[in-house]
Amino acid sequence: MKQGNIKVALVGNPNAGKSTLFNALTGMRQKTGNFPGVTVEKKSGTFRIADANGHDDAHVTLVDLPGTYSIYPKSKDETVVMDILANPQHPDFPDVVVIVADASNLQRNLLLFTEINDLGIPTVLALNMLDVAESMNLTVNAVQLAMQLNVPVVRINARTGEGMKGLKEAVKQVVGRTEKPALRYFYEPKENEIGLINEVKEIHHLDNDYVALQYVCQHDNFSFLEQPVRAKLDALIEKYGFDENNFLANETIARYEKIKPIVSKAVKSEGATEQPYWTRKLDSILLHRVWGYVTFALVLLVVFQAIFAWASYPMDMIDAGTAAAIEWVKGALPAGVLNDLITDGIMAGIGGIIIFIPQIAILFALVAILEESGYMARVMVIMDKLMRRFGLNGRSVVPLISGVACAVPAIMTTRSISSRYERLLTIMVTPLMSCSARLPIFTILIALVVPETKVLGIFNMQGIALFGLYLLGLLGALGSAWFLSLFIPRREPSYFMLEMPSYKLPRWGHVGFTMYESVKSFVLEAGKVIMAISIILWVLASYGPGDSMNVAEQQVVASMTTAPQEEIDAAVASARLESSYAGQFGRFIEPAIRPLGYDWKIGIALLASFAAREVFVGTMATIYSISGDTEDVLTVKQRLIQEKNPETGGQMFTPAVCYSLLMFYVFAMMCMSTIAVVYRETHGWKWPMIQLAYLMVLAYGSAFLVYQVLS
Amino acid sequence: MNLNKERMSARTVSLLKKGEKGIIKSFTDRAMSLKLLEMGCLPGCEVRLDAIAPFGDPICINVGGNYSLSLRLNEAAVIELE
Ligand SMILES: Nc1nc2c(ncn2[C@@H]2O[C@H](COP(=O)(O)OP(=O)(O)OP(=O)(O)O)[C@@H](O)[C@H]2O)c(=O)[nH]1
Ligand SMILES: [Mg+2]
Repeated sequence: MKQGNIKVALVGNPNAGKSTLFNALTGMRQKTGNFPGVTVEKKSGTFRIADANGHDDAHVTLVDLPGTYSIYPKSKDETVVMDILANPQHPDFPDVVVIVADASNLQRNLLLFTEINDLGIPTVLALNMLDVAESMNLTVNAVQLAMQLNVPVVRINARTGEGMKGLKEAVKQVVGRTEKPALRYFYEPKENEIGLINEVKEIHHLDNDYVALQYVCQHDNFSFLEQPVRAKLDALIEKYGFDENNFLANETIARYEKIKPIVSKAVKSEGATEQPYWTRKLDSILLHRVWGYVTFALVLLVVFQAIFAWASYPMDMIDAGTAAAIEWVKGALPAGVLNDLITDGIMAGIGGIIIFIPQIAILFALVAILEESGYMARVMVIMDKLMRRFGLNGRSVVPLISGVACAVPAIMTTRSISSRYERLLTIMVTPLMSCSARLPIFTILIALVVPETKVLGIFNMQGIALFGLYLLGLLGALGSAWFLSLFIPRREPSYFMLEMPSYKLPRWGHVGFTMYESVKSFVLEAGKVIMAISIILWVLASYGPGDSMNVAEQQVVASMTTAPQEEIDAAVASARLESSYAGQFGRFIEPAIRPLGYDWKIGIALLASFAAREVFVGTMATIYSISGDTEDVLTVKQRLIQEKNPETGGQMFTPAVCYSLLMFYVFAMMCMSTIAVVYRETHGWKWPMIQLAYLMVLAYGSAFLVYQVLS
Repeated sequence: MNLNKERMSARTVSLLKKGEKGIIKSFTDRAMSLKLLEMGCLPGCEVRLDAIAPFGDPICINVGGNYSLSLRLNEAAVIELE
């Protein structure tokens, strides 16, 4: 028997539960969700199989793959599957394929099984979703199925982890077979296909008819075939007059002919089968002509209410906590530059970030619940017609909604959009959805200008303002999609065709873990950047070229001899900052941002936030603590309120400035990671650069307009 | 012209009313038919119109009592019924 390292791949229809099974076996946390097209790239993990005595028997490398209905890919994500399975030289080429089948819809799920079987790869059939099948009055006889299909069949529940032992046993048994059983093809080639098949087999040294047919039909997708080889295959197709479309339709029908009798023997239904009761009931409301939109709007409103109103209680506690901590450290450490750097710079910066933990956690949890429950698929349906108007697809809803959490994974999910055109448009506009990194900026600025009054008794005015900003981002995304669609030629037809999963109760452990993960990465990632930027900024703000800072100080002192000491101190601090490196930098770009209502201090924060948006708030904290009076401990918000405009003497952060900043951050693309992922997904610099440019124009233009109108 | 007339007369999934059933006979579009076949819409299979999205498009059909499939009206129009 083959010992040591076994390679296993998970293949199956979309939403059959492959990633859930992957997590159950490997203990990893691969993203799952209750709609087709969650996994868009291959992911590997490992697990061990123990022998009867509990000793390690085999080490398994497991690959989770995107779901497909057949081995003929229809979208970018699905090409991965055949690229591996058709190429035995591929490092991930499996010893065994575990076909994960949704038992509640066995006939269709077996289509893919018969195809993989015909490729000659050893398989194990895992029957998943048996609980759903049961609620549809279906019973599946695994033994019967195993006999007829001639493969091991195991009953599992990927969600609860039942049947893992049996599955591992089956994998071990298949790998351990000393001789391969003769392959029984489910599809026997037609007479007119045999000549072509034999010639391809000879040229490519293949021993499998069906693999040869795949070379014929799919060579353009096979990254392991060189261009001349592909051209030669095209010539062969010509020579034999092979009609691919005809073949594919006939093949699929022929397979179902074989599958039907097998399924009718193995699956027994008691009475009429129907989708589970709750799924039908919920769909009659959630997909309703009128109630469909009403409920969707309500769901969104609850989300924003949660993010703003519910999160405010823990946020206030964190706020008070950080202020107390800063105060304590300030007293405990000897006074001086280092003390200031640690307390006013780093601690204030980090405090400015951790205060947003409750909001981020709630946001990610709510998105996870939308995805896990199956509601996401319904939103795709009710939004499809609207999306189409703007050149997008109902499926674009997934990237747009998950873009509210973070644009980077959201852009990757576009791989399941089959039309390249719609995919590109979706990629181009997803960064307009306000991601969680913008939340801190929005929250702070809204708190400065929008009163905390209640509307209609329940809705918080600030929550509604936040809702408005997200809505603005969404409108920006749709508008830009429409605008871009005027310039990008549409080449292929657009499809929707989406399977509606049955509703499932979210797994609360999973939701909790998603929250934990998002908070962790938010704090660590943002924390690192803030720490670095705070320190750099502190240095740049504390030192200036040559003697400039002292000169500035002397000038102020000389001109203010009669003023009270306090005022002189403040003026000195401000003058010193202004002549520091950071200040001179801010001064340099000030002319460009003046029309938006920003001064050089905001300019510094704006520049720093190019590294990551989260930094904006922290940078403001650092800058204003340097220039302000350093005796009191103030939160970022308090500092912003106190900041005076040196020219007018009034508040710096007037409504006009705040709204202008809000506009800027709603539209601006200030995230290196997003640029990088767009570069990767579009294979070049062209699209990310176009995106960066048009978003900058949009941001600048709208901020300009808002400031000029309001001031 | 001729083709159009034929299309008009044929009963397709896009013409079903809510709750109405039909049996799939054939498809009028090659590329689309392949996708539909792979998703389990086979000739001889019973379908029922379950839901219509706001603005009348897409629709959701129940396929063979097994599962629910959502498709656009132009996609449903290629499925001819008996
Ligand atoms: N009721 C029930 N739900 C399950 C079972 N297995 C998985 N699920 C749920 O089914 C949904 C889909 O699971 P995934 O693991 O994301 O499916 P997938 O096959 O990886 O899907 P794609 O990546 O889109 O191809 C999730 O909501 C799971 O919680 C099961 O045995 N019973
Ligand atoms: Mg998956």
